[in-house]
Amino acid sequence: MTLTHFIFGRLGLHSLPFWAAVQHPTLENIINGVIATGAASLVVTGALATVGLITYFGKWRYLWTEWLTSVDHKRIGIMYIVIAFVMLARALIEAVLMRTQQAFGLGGGFLSSEHFGELFSTHGTIMIFFMAMPFLIGLINFVMPQQIGTRDVSFPVMNSVSLGLTMAGAMLVMISLVLGKFSTGGWSGYPPYTEITFSPGVGPDYWIWAVSLSGIGTMMTGINFAVTIYKRRAPGMTLMRMPLFTWTALCTSILMIFAMPPLTVATVLLALDRYLGFHFFTNGFGGNMMNYANLFWLFGHPEVYILILPAFGVYSEVIPAFSGKRIYGYTSLVLATMVIALLSFVVWLHHFFTMGQSAAVNETFGIATMMIGIPTGVKIYDWMMTMYRGRIRFAVPMVYSLGFMMLFVIGGLSGIILANPSIDYQVHNTLFLVAHFHNMLIPGLLFGMLAGYHFWFPKAFGFRLNERWGMASALCWIFGFMLAFFPLYVLGLLGFPRRTVAYYNPIYVPYMAVALFGALIILTALICLVIQLVVSVMQRDQNRVPAGDPWNASALEWSVAAPAPDYNFPVLPEVTARDAFMVAKEHGAAYRPPERFTDIEVPKNSPLGMILCVTGALATFGLVWHMWWLVALAMLATVAAVIWHGFVRDYERIIPADEVREDYMRWLKAVAAAEPVSRNEEFAHENAGLADLHETLEAAE
Amino acid sequence: MSGNTLDNPGFRLRASYHHVNREDEVNFGFWVFLMSDAIIFGLIFATYATMVGATAGGPGPKRLFDIGSVAIQTGALLLSSFAYGMASLALRYRSGRGKVIAWLLVTLLLGFVFLGFEVHDFLTMFAKGGSPDRSGFTSAFFGLVPLHGLHVTTGCIWMVVLIVQMLCYGIDDDVRLGIQRLALFWHFLDIVWIAIFSLVYLGGLA
Amino acid sequence: MNDFHEFGGYPDWGQPDFGGDAYRRDLHIYLWGLALAVALTVVPFALVYWHAMTASSLWIAIGIFALVQAVVHFRCFLHVHPPHENVDEMLLVLFTVIILIMMAGGTVWILGNLHSRMY
Repeated sequence: MTLTHFIFGRLGLHSLPFWAAVQHPTLENIINGVIATGAASLVVTGALATVGLITYFGKWRYLWTEWLTSVDHKRIGIMYIVIAFVMLARALIEAVLMRTQQAFGLGGGFLSSEHFGELFSTHGTIMIFFMAMPFLIGLINFVMPQQIGTRDVSFPVMNSVSLGLTMAGAMLVMISLVLGKFSTGGWSGYPPYTEITFSPGVGPDYWIWAVSLSGIGTMMTGINFAVTIYKRRAPGMTLMRMPLFTWTALCTSILMIFAMPPLTVATVLLALDRYLGFHFFTNGFGGNMMNYANLFWLFGHPEVYILILPAFGVYSEVIPAFSGKRIYGYTSLVLATMVIALLSFVVWLHHFFTMGQSAAVNETFGIATMMIGIPTGVKIYDWMMTMYRGRIRFAVPMVYSLGFMMLFVIGGLSGIILANPSIDYQVHNTLFLVAHFHNMLIPGLLFGMLAGYHFWFPKAFGFRLNERWGMASALCWIFGFMLAFFPLYVLGLLGFPRRTVAYYNPIYVPYMAVALFGALIILTALICLVIQLVVSVMQRDQNRVPAGDPWNASALEWSVAAPAPDYNFPVLPEVTARDAFMVAKEHGAAYRPPERFTDIEVPKNSPLGMILCVTGALATFGLVWHMWWLVALAMLATVAAVIWHGFVRDYERIIPADEVREDYMRWLKAVAAAEPVSRNEEFAHENAGLADLHETLEAAE
Repeated sequence: MSGNTLDNPGFRLRASYHHVNREDEVNFGFWVFLMSDAIIFGLIFATYATMVGATAGGPGPKRLFDIGSVAIQTGALLLSSFAYGMASLALRYRSGRGKVIAWLLVTLLLGFVFLGFEVHDFLTMFAKGGSPDRSGFTSAFFGLVPLHGLHVTTGCIWMVVLIVQMLCYGIDDDVRLGIQRLALFWHFLDIVWIAIFSLVYLGGLA
Repeated sequence: MNDFHEFGGYPDWGQPDFGGDAYRRDLHIYLWGLALAVALTVVPFALVYWHAMTASSLWIAIGIFALVQAVVHFRCFLHVHPPHENVDEMLLVLFTVIILIMMAGGTVWILGNLHSRMY
């Protein structure tokens, strides 16, 4: 082995995106090379620009001490959501590329099949592991501890580590744009295609390690959230007094704890096959590739409920707020959430009805799958009954909720269709399936996340987002989604398989054209979101809500200032009712200072999360490129960092009672100076975050 | 705590204290982690069960397993669990740092005995043609049993780290919590070993 | 200043009582656990070593001994048993067992079914 080979593993000049175009300049290679190099340049320029801007403004110290080493759940939550938005942008562009290819795909199109394979693999992997999961984890991180009346999660440093590992996985996926190629095996990575025999390159290895890093982070997050909700609720907050978003957070974290292990097993066993020549899933020597599908979907099915439950929680907060009513059917919503969580573990086979099981096995899982529709239906009725006889305001989060209720039901119905194995045999792995799961994920998960983003943004940053651009974005999402995905139902029924780069039957073209148009409208929606953020920041002084309750909402997070103080509450609340803050407002008992102020202990910053982010990224990069020295050093550094952290004894700092009292009095002054606004005026500049209590009292009578 | 909710509708900011017990929280969190680990082991067990016949013409359990060595490993690990129990008692009843460290060293020694015999077993299996790349069966075996061995190794490293922490800090709160959590880990690993020696070794040799 | 702690922090770790009644009780639980575990280990090993039964009966016997020994470990070494003040942990273990049965059992059922149809 030469020195170069030892140092660089299998990394070489041929790993650069334009190499094939330079070596063999065919038209296809050139087109694909240009696209790939363009994407790689964006990554490199983006990274350099970010580093450059931070340096230019001298913000390295600020970034390190205020954000990267922070163990404050609110900051960690915000950073997760930043990751989610960045990765959303990338994966959306990939989707538009794929739609374009398929619109022009009659007879070939412009993308090579390999490039197309990478696109659908990165699109799925990024959207699930690096957009959806970070988004929902970020929201739960930000909101849940405030909702249960505590200062932080149970394990703040582990929270930061989870973030670091997710960041590392995202970085690995971004690096795959510049060096080497990503997997072409889809987001599910089925062997034997992803075995070393058929995919000897770095692609599947990128996929395995990115997903593993993110998976370990998520497992730790699940533990963190579950223990926090079990052990850190404010005194008096029984389980049945928790806000619904916290209930869904609890069930989501239980799902995370039990569903991530099967993924770890599947990917690690695949890695053993690829790296050490094991025979878990190989074609010969006794391998059983069908077990991979079984293991992957043991994870994959609960995973989609991990994705949707937090969104359901957001809707359960948003719909009552913007209907001016209490949530209808709290108990049934709680029961439905628990039933969904439990049932999600008994349906996984419906992802591989066609793998060859007997009809008896298939129908068992088919019936179980259809049963999951029932609790979801209960929830939809509860939300509709919440709106009934309410006074609806068409705020952006409410528009997302309305779009959700109508579109998600359609997707759910297509799911019931797919739950029938006989029908599934016809449409499995066609665009019908693709339409179904996008129909669940976009109106279900994504609208929920965007609604939550809009709803809690003022709590995070102290000012509201611009409503007009938000509305534009929401409407573009709703109509763009319909145009992009409803044609896919038809295409699937017409026999168009998924993950297909080109086709030869012109009957598909009109549908593809409409779908492309829809995709471009979705892209417009994303641009509107970006504009909304820029405009909101520019107009922030006019839209500040220092009193903290811009929407006249009911849970505890709205009972403190906006932005919330580091320590959340000056004194931890003692809860006596469900919808604690709303009840207090109705009885004129809100905004009362505590009996006495005490010193507050908060956890100190820790660099462990960022250290493990770097070592994790380096170790996995080394694994991908077979740079074994790098793997060894990075793993050693990981172990050393963890051991070092165990020796740290000084991990809390005290915020003196006087400082807490000053903060609180300053806030009370802002509340006193604020003019109470009725719900109809909540988008006006006058809304300083104080709700008009007369209106609330009237409604309560 | 006056319970008249009419006086305190919704919530009140009263200096409520002592409602989070850190010991309880930390140990419960570790239990949750152990349960996720149990799922990982359980699925690899299930994989093993479906692949135990996939010998692809290569050596099978009767050829590869050595019941004597497995008996020694089982005895060592069981005794080590007991030794750790003695360390836990010494911790709980404040017998002093010396006793705790002594019992942990006994546990560690027995852990090394376990690992030593196990590694020797693996090398013997390789020599008989039973390396993991030989068949689905050997892959499944080497996916399961060394995973347990890796956990034991991690536990040993953790034990050494705790001993060093005790020498540096004495038995302070964090050391105490560490010993409690390692106890859970160590006993959990012995339970996993019960499943391994029963299902894999005895089951294969029956 | 620091009279109030919302965070109970660490409890009073208890009076040292080395050699007292509570200590002896706890010690006996560990000793019983060890004795039972040894017995529950030696018997299945012996059964297999001396081929005392048919293979399928052996499997059932081994399984039962393993389950009982696991319960002994939970009771004597991990101190998880009803009634217990930390009922959270017991419920967690039971829930995990249910999930494990579904996942591992489901896996074996599905792959067994596939095996019977494909060879």
